[in-house]
Amino acid sequence: MRLGLVIDIDVCVGCHACVVSCKQWNASGTTGPLTDYQPYGAEPSGVWFNRVRHYEVGEYPHNKTINFPMSCMHCEDAACVTVCPTGASYKRAEDGIVLIDQDKCMGCNYCSWACPYGARELDRESGTMKKCTLCVDRIYDLEIPVEERQPACVLTCPSHARMFGDFDDPDSAVSQVVRERSGYPLMPELGYNPTNMYLPPRKAKPIPIEGLGKPGFKERLKGLVNRVVKR
Amino acid sequence: MNAVLKLENHDKQEIKYSTCYMCACRCGIKVTLEEGKVRFIQGNRNHPTNQGVLCAKGSAGIMKQYSPAKLRKPLIRKPGAERGSGEFEEIEWEEALNLLTERLEEIRATNPSKLGFFTGRDQMQALTGLWAQQFGTPNWAAHGGFCSVNMAAAGLYSIGFSFWEFGAPDWDYAKYFIMWGVAEDHSSNPIKIGLEKLKRHGGKFVSVNPVRTGYSAIADDWVPIRPGMDGLFALSIVHVLLSRELFDWEFLVRYTNAPWLVVNTPGQKGDGLFLRNDAGHPLVWDLEKQALVSGAEVETTPAMFGEFVAPDGRPVKTVMSQLAERYLDERYAPENVAKECGVPAETIERVALEMAHVAFKEAVELDIEWTDIYGRKHDKIVGRPVAMYAMRGIAAHSNGFHACRAIHLIQMLLGALDGPGNFRARAPYPKPIPPHQLPENNLDVIYAPNTPLSRPPLGFPTRPEDLVIDKAGNPLRIDKAYSWESPFSSHGLMHMVITNATNHDPYALDTLMLFMSNMAWNSTMNTKNIQDMLREKDEEEYDQYKIPFLVVVDAFHSEMVNFADLVLPDTTYLERHDTISLLDRPISEPDTAADAIRYPLIPLDRDVRPWQEVLVDLASRLRFPAFTKPDGTRKFKGYTDFIVNYERSPGVGFLAGWRGKDGDKSLKGEPNPKQWEAYIENQSFFAYHWPDHMKYNRFANKDYLELAADVGFIGKAEPIVMQLYSEPLQKFRLAGQGLYDGPQPNNPADRERLAKYFDPLPMWYEPLESQRVDHAEYPFHAITQRPMVMYHSWDSQNAWLRQILAQNYMYMNAGQAARMGLKDDDWIWVESHNGKIRCQLKTMEGCEENTVWTWNAIGKQKGAWGLKADASEATKGFLLNHLISELLPEKHGERRITNSDPVTGQAAWFDLRVKISKAAVGETGCWPEFPELKRLPGDDKPRPEVLRYSARSDEKQGKS
Repeated sequence: MRLGLVIDIDVCVGCHACVVSCKQWNASGTTGPLTDYQPYGAEPSGVWFNRVRHYEVGEYPHNKTINFPMSCMHCEDAACVTVCPTGASYKRAEDGIVLIDQDKCMGCNYCSWACPYGARELDRESGTMKKCTLCVDRIYDLEIPVEERQPACVLTCPSHARMFGDFDDPDSAVSQVVRERSGYPLMPELGYNPTNMYLPPRKAKPIPIEGLGKPGFKERLKGLVNRVVKR
Repeated sequence: MNAVLKLENHDKQEIKYSTCYMCACRCGIKVTLEEGKVRFIQGNRNHPTNQGVLCAKGSAGIMKQYSPAKLRKPLIRKPGAERGSGEFEEIEWEEALNLLTERLEEIRATNPSKLGFFTGRDQMQALTGLWAQQFGTPNWAAHGGFCSVNMAAAGLYSIGFSFWEFGAPDWDYAKYFIMWGVAEDHSSNPIKIGLEKLKRHGGKFVSVNPVRTGYSAIADDWVPIRPGMDGLFALSIVHVLLSRELFDWEFLVRYTNAPWLVVNTPGQKGDGLFLRNDAGHPLVWDLEKQALVSGAEVETTPAMFGEFVAPDGRPVKTVMSQLAERYLDERYAPENVAKECGVPAETIERVALEMAHVAFKEAVELDIEWTDIYGRKHDKIVGRPVAMYAMRGIAAHSNGFHACRAIHLIQMLLGALDGPGNFRARAPYPKPIPPHQLPENNLDVIYAPNTPLSRPPLGFPTRPEDLVIDKAGNPLRIDKAYSWESPFSSHGLMHMVITNATNHDPYALDTLMLFMSNMAWNSTMNTKNIQDMLREKDEEEYDQYKIPFLVVVDAFHSEMVNFADLVLPDTTYLERHDTISLLDRPISEPDTAADAIRYPLIPLDRDVRPWQEVLVDLASRLRFPAFTKPDGTRKFKGYTDFIVNYERSPGVGFLAGWRGKDGDKSLKGEPNPKQWEAYIENQSFFAYHWPDHMKYNRFANKDYLELAADVGFIGKAEPIVMQLYSEPLQKFRLAGQGLYDGPQPNNPADRERLAKYFDPLPMWYEPLESQRVDHAEYPFHAITQRPMVMYHSWDSQNAWLRQILAQNYMYMNAGQAARMGLKDDDWIWVESHNGKIRCQLKTMEGCEENTVWTWNAIGKQKGAWGLKADASEATKGFLLNHLISELLPEKHGERRITNSDPVTGQAAWFDLRVKISKAAVGETGCWPEFPELKRLPGDDKPRPEVLRYSARSDEKQGKS
């Protein structure tokens, strides 16, 4: 299995629902708590596994706003795992999820320097690195209803811009949608072979407007224009 | 090797269902609690509103629950301390309630209008309104006057339902969706769910908005319109549709007043009113009979266009003829409005034609049999799948009522209302146009001591006689709602209350109670001056404030709390019983009538009480008739008992589900003593799914209307005829012209406003502030957008959400900024006719060139909301509110007039015009500055440097 996410840029409105649901689940999750610094002071910050960035493409008035959620890509060739001096970072053989053993991590930051996607966040209180677990503590939990055994971000996304599944299975919903919509990985040229995929904006098909209606109604209005319509 | 993972402690967890209250959307939530602590809040997948999803605010509910800004105990201003000094003492509830009851008893026994009771973003107006009515004061409203009344009123005077919360787009069948001025506000999750559905089905999404953020980011077409120009844009679309005869003849003849005949005698009494028969029915010209017949009759063939002569010789003309003549005028041609709107003529024409193509060439047909209100059976439903939604950017202008009516006009011309793929009604709407509810205006009743009003304080006037004014024409309400200044102010004018009460204009209040509304900060115009008004003392009364007694009810330490004389601390949404009622702001969806409850999921850990409970208690202490038994004892034990047993009419109460003694009746039935339990067992909501034959065309759907009448949604089952032409508006216009047989205004300003703005057809005019300020001096429009991560959730300054947004900037079009020599992070001065602010600039492409904007309500006063004094909300965040006056710029010889829509009294926030200049070197930080608020008694813990929230009760480990 190769578990990961598909994120549909065409419908992501940048609402941060995934960001906060992730924070909420994982605060009490397997690597929680996720520390917040200065929660009520100047420049509040904290540990988050998923962040949305906003970009603009093109110039006014032909500009487009792109909302771009980013979290761990669960790379096939994960440099963060290779560089880890303690073996805390590992990629699971059975499903491809990249995790950090909190008992082994010494917070040296090597992995975060190795990660080009900025997915790793140091919890200064626990002294350990933390990151997206794909909600490994939800997706295999048999006491959670089967339809909810999904990462919190996917479960909550109001515009259904996030999907979760097995990319090794060509018939899975994620594999299919990536084929249909020309899904792409982020920065494949770096060679980490990321698992998560993004779906590009769709192009709406043009609506024909030629020859609509009967021009000249203003002139016709002076004469008899009524149609007999039964009320 | 895999690590050992911590797993969930399911055996220590319990799951409860309730209703979110992080914003006005009111989604169903599934809450996992671990030994009483909130583990996880997720969307309830069975709930009609959010269908399992939940937004950022909803997921951050935990941080609201554990906010350090929570109030702890009733507070009273320290004896001798000045109002606004933040000096409070804790008092016991009994003492607080005795003190308040005594004061209210005195007011009620002498002059009930001396109490003002205004509420903010609450959704319990059915209860607060009943309370005010029973008290006997007309001075009640919620915050709709500064939020959305233009949308509600325009819809309810035109189509019988409305944008805002009385309708929703049909995302299942829509193929074209146009969104007007929606600043990421109502309604949060349904719109996001719907936009994805629309795009998945291949539908087109067009966003009309000066700013491209949020929803507009994913629009297929973005139309960066200039603020305040939407009405003109819409009427130009009408021009295009009419000029090519692109309108739905059948829909207009059958379901609107298009063929009704209007008397055409300018300058004479009766001009512009409908020609009616003796029974009062409007008349139409029957093409086959070649005679006048009642417009209420069916099987007739009314002429949609034409000029005729009434039996009494007066010339008459159909509504549609008037309308066509008006909008076919070249004034509305795309090329003639393009420059004003900032939208190219080709775009206006293309949008109009695209809508027409989808409406007429891609119609949806559903094989659903239904019966119309006249008893005729139909074997299918036809939908013209163009859907629309509109909100803030239309509402918050002084021309918004008409702009919204112009949008409804497009929908009516296309026949695109309440059918498949349209904007569709949410129960209990549609209602008669306008709803048959008039505001109390009987002087004897209003002045009577210890007497409830005979009807609610708010309603829908249809003629000058319905205004709430005295014999001399003076307003009877403190906010001057339903006066000549704002005749259709169906939500009141909360934004005028403090100004009017301070000026004792039209009279002085004794006590002002404010619930969940931050009128000393982000929920008011002109913030700094309003704070001064709250401190203003009466020159004639020793040591008395202009507003003598101020009661603030809130759950958190807001800027408003700081000005209270008495603070009654409320609970959070996870701690109390609550109803989301069909009598109130409904959470129904087009296919489902729905209501919901909240109940305490978490035990209280401080001495606070739910305001619902306190209201019922006060109503009992004050012996309101509806709350008191004949022997004078209290009728209801408390709020939950009230909800179960109170009936507005027999069988109709606050909750529509599980009624009847055995809980087996829906929508209507006797009280069920186990109703709360039934809701809790059923995930805290009730949904009544309309059968297919009652889902569409409900304005003329027999089975739907009969059921709606039976369960009290409407008075009786009769057709709801949409009003392209509004006779109520014309009656007020006649009053302004001195041609009305009945009350007429004396003041020339009122006369002019009525004559000008009470046009029975949708119109566009330059926003009022804009008419009075020099455009060369103030070249920019300034508006706000609502951040999706915070909208309506500012009331706790949430530790997680503020990590996403804790400072706002003024955003400007990048090209424009470059031309002005401005760049990112520059400190700038922004100045209006009312004042100036200093803030920081960011540039962007997605902003109309003549517009600047910022996120709403991010700026906070130092020390408020449990934040540290150095919080960026207070040092760098800012409010636009300081620049916006609640009054129009002064005009010589005219009394000061509200900065609001002249029809509805809707606060005209978005009419603001400003100039912008770079701050001098060394001028940094936001300005104006405000003093730091003092901590409240009992709030003595330092704010944490580090927060490590976890709901885990112990470490359960296992291999995953």
